Amino acid sequence: MIKREKRRYLALEVAGELPVDERAVLDAVQASVMRLFGEYGASKTNLKLITFIPEKRQVVLRCSHIMLEKVRAAIASIMEVNGETAAVHVVGVSGTLKALSKKT
Amino acid sequence: MKRFADLHLRVPLEDQTKTESMIRKASELGYRLVGIPYSPQATKEQISQLRHICSDAKVDFATRVNFSPRTSNELLQSLRRYRRKFEIVAVRCHTKDVARQAAKDRRVDLLQFSATNLRQRFFDEAEAELASQAFASLEIELAPILQLTSYSRIRLLSRLRKEVATAERFRVPITLSSGATDEQLMRGPYDYVALTSLFDLPMPSALRGLSENPWVTVARNRQKLSPDYVAPGIRVVGRRTDD
Repeated sequence: MIKREKRRYLALEVAGELPVDERAVLDAVQASVMRLFGEYGASKTNLKLITFIPEKRQVVLRCSHIMLEKVRAAIASIMEVNGETAAVHVVGVSGTLKALSKKT
Repeated sequence: MKRFADLHLRVPLEDQTKTESMIRKASELGYRLVGIPYSPQATKEQISQLRHICSDAKVDFATRVNFSPRTSNELLQSLRRYRRKFEIVAVRCHTKDVARQAAKDRRVDLLQFSATNLRQRFFDEAEAELASQAFASLEIELAPILQLTSYSRIRLLSRLRKEVATAERFRVPITLSSGATDEQLMRGPYDYVALTSLFDLPMPSALRGLSENPWVTVARNRQKLSPDYVAPGIRVVGRRTDD
């Protein structure tokens, strides 16, 4: 039997005062993953945008649990979102959305 | 729960608002100790202001000085003059002589090397062996990894990978610090741990580099700077008062 791929949910917070756009954040994360790990690495991350909470400036992403550390490294190395200087912080990581919502 | 420390928060002392916001940000990100470098010529008011800001933000404050000597004699002079005034002494090694002297001197806590000029990174086996016999740690600043791009970053990561492997082999403690000059360069401890995977630092070592190693350095130096300290293992436990 083929095992189901395990996933991790990450809650990200965009620091600063600039308006946040979920697509721009996802693009920034994907660009950073590509820059650090290339197309092969990016293909293994299985990044997906789950939700966006504008009032908290939070974006929830999903990725493969094997690539979690690499995705975190890519998120930490983001210096720009949508052409504006920004920092993105991981505020919580969990295996389920329910547990993630309790953490953040 | 781990107590994290950032031993190199480069706050602009002349800008109090920015200093406050950076220290508050460090506290929000989960750091319980920050090392803030300032020049030996800084006034007592500036230092007491820093202490006040840190206590408001509920973070411990460790005084730090960064030396950038040109010669080993200059380093020895600086150490003689200022060692007892600061809790952390870091030496930026621009020459091999300075690097070797700093590695074997027990008064030096942190060894720093240039992130941009890789010819000035002298952390090889000989340096690691000297550092392992003294108290010096290899300090790795993580802000340059965020700031540098393309080939400069690739070269830095490649060099760091070699240095980290050497440090692990010779059991030289590694201290990770942000080296952040503004809030945009500050990241949480677990984000920094993830960043260190880029140069193959094992996760337990990375966690130690952000928690145990800096706390041990600061605790040891605080003990040494206390008036009750006599020598390693000897301290004054009480004083007789003649009535």
